[in-house]
Amino acid sequence: MSATVDTAIDGGALIPAAGGADPRPLAAPTTSVNPIQRDHATTIFEKSVEGRRAFVAPPSGVPEVDLDDAIPAGLRRGTPARLPQVTEGELVRHYVRISRRNFDLDTGFYPLGSCTMKHNPRLHERVTALPGHARLHPFQAPERAQGALELMWGMERQLSEVSGLPHVCLQPSAGSHGELAGVLLARAYHESRGETRTKVLTPDTAHGTNPATVTMAGLEVVKVATNADGGVDLDDLRAKADDDTALLMLTNPNTLGIFDPNIEEITAIVHGVGGVLYYDGANLNAIMGITRPGDMGFDIVHFNLHKSFTQPHGGGGPGSGPIAVSDRIAPFLPLPVIRRLNGGSATDTGDPTRNRPPVRFALVEDADALPDGAPGSRSIGKLRGFQGNYGCFVRSYSYITSLGASGLRDASEIAVLNANYLLAKLHELGVSEHLPLAFGTRCMHEFVLSGGPMKRDLGLKTLDLAKRLLDHGFHPPTVYFPLLVDEALLVEPVETETKETLDAFALVIAEILREGAEDPTIAQNAPYTTPVRRLDEAGAAKRPVIRQPLD
Amino acid sequence: MAEASYPEDLQYHSAHDWARIDGDTAVFGITWYAQNALGEVVFFDPPEVGSTVTKDESYAELESVKAVSDVIAPLSGEVLEVNAALTDDGDGPEAVNDDPYGDGWLVKVRLSDPSEVDALLDRDAYVASLED
Repeated sequence: MSATVDTAIDGGALIPAAGGADPRPLAAPTTSVNPIQRDHATTIFEKSVEGRRAFVAPPSGVPEVDLDDAIPAGLRRGTPARLPQVTEGELVRHYVRISRRNFDLDTGFYPLGSCTMKHNPRLHERVTALPGHARLHPFQAPERAQGALELMWGMERQLSEVSGLPHVCLQPSAGSHGELAGVLLARAYHESRGETRTKVLTPDTAHGTNPATVTMAGLEVVKVATNADGGVDLDDLRAKADDDTALLMLTNPNTLGIFDPNIEEITAIVHGVGGVLYYDGANLNAIMGITRPGDMGFDIVHFNLHKSFTQPHGGGGPGSGPIAVSDRIAPFLPLPVIRRLNGGSATDTGDPTRNRPPVRFALVEDADALPDGAPGSRSIGKLRGFQGNYGCFVRSYSYITSLGASGLRDASEIAVLNANYLLAKLHELGVSEHLPLAFGTRCMHEFVLSGGPMKRDLGLKTLDLAKRLLDHGFHPPTVYFPLLVDEALLVEPVETETKETLDAFALVIAEILREGAEDPTIAQNAPYTTPVRRLDEAGAAKRPVIRQPLD
Repeated sequence: MAEASYPEDLQYHSAHDWARIDGDTAVFGITWYAQNALGEVVFFDPPEVGSTVTKDESYAELESVKAVSDVIAPLSGEVLEVNAALTDDGDGPEAVNDDPYGDGWLVKVRLSDPSEVDALLDRDAYVASLED
């Protein structure tokens, strides 16, 4: 091949097959200097041409108002805002083109460990878009939002059943927000007993959000070691748990994809010193309908609705991280709380003439209005405005209701089966010589491979493998996490992927290793087929360019 | 520094730190192995001058594109000086990767217990520990 990789790609010759089913090399290495950016992207401002527009307002049907009367001159801008002027067609093409530069779950396999990138059923979007859900205003009076309150109350009951804990608060806006709520609840619980406990135990396999949350809540992190099997080191836990321990934060199965067989002993040790047990629900997708944090002895759980219960991920958009708690924690729950009135029977007849249904649910904003000991009666206060991100609730409620208890169990069982199948397939293809399983011989819903031997023997870092996967049409697994595994690769295939996809992924990993043994520079310079090439991550961290001039 | 190297004149700690001892003071840094494992360092969060560091405990943080890592003190003492050139006000932390035993030094410390030096590893013992 004489052409450079870049020009060959522009000719369309090297675009990978969808799903990456063809494991042949996609591109030869090139010694020419490749710019990071393969194609030129423009902003909508650069497409602007004076006088073009996408929309013409119809003639006004109401009397004109003098602007001086409506907005004082001192509050108005002196010159028109500089807005892009484009036709509707250009506008659509611009954003569709940008959207295609992304790698997303709707176009390819996305085995990003600890993120549970499962398919988002389109039914949920349809339900969420119903006007009664989509157009509901947060200031709608509760007696006129009875359907929404009923859905939220029903979802609280669903999450209670999944977690094995009796009380649920839907408010937190993300898993990390749920963690903060949980740690503040534990603190309030100890303070109510006249105790000031400052230490929070977290295993060294914990998600980074755990220590971050602890620090934000004004408490101190104490790390607990991992034993040879990948679980909590019980001797280290016993040595560090004392009457200054506020809580233990644990993910089970943990980020090594290992369910800790000593879980009852762990909860007994922490309860024995008067501590609270916090379950990080990040890996709930492995155990739904099989075991429950409440049954293991946990007091507080957070759910990542976007992981276990299907929401579109990412973008920093509205998220949801509800929490479930035990009886002893419930009085401190955030406000407002949803109360079902009169055992769910109507408290009045409603007002059919004004389209108002009977009232069966109430939103209680005031702790004093609640019976002593009831959820929220000694509340830590509000966590955010209103009741949470309602659209997320509708999607996850749709999911849980569609699947039912047996369906959730099926989802978890298949997630675990898929992960073990992929692990076995990689082993069968000889991948474990260079990418051995970090701990144990099997896994739950995800597994961690160590790229240490690959780096030593082939000169390929985990990052190189990850970048080369992009050329084959796969999103890379999580890399360099958990931190205790050298050159870690954390793979979570989820239950909604087919055997064919898992087979294709395994073949591609084997092919990249074979290619690397012949010529490591191919992967070291990857990717070749993406809109941007290998990024200067250190440069981006040290010298971020976050503004682009308009001209 | 592309090739691994471990100078003879340094004392090493198993957490991949080195100390260059001069009487009752010492300069600390991280080893070639440590900077290679971290990848490119993007930020150095130093301790304050005058603060106390304790052997085997964290005294600073180095952030790479992979992770934020604690830096473990090989010996105990009081911080006399930090390498300001590594901070954002200086040239940045590149020297930790490019010259880990020279311009990439992290802090200078007055030792509180020089006998602690006995517990450190010499070059050969440290290199042997890397091969396990």
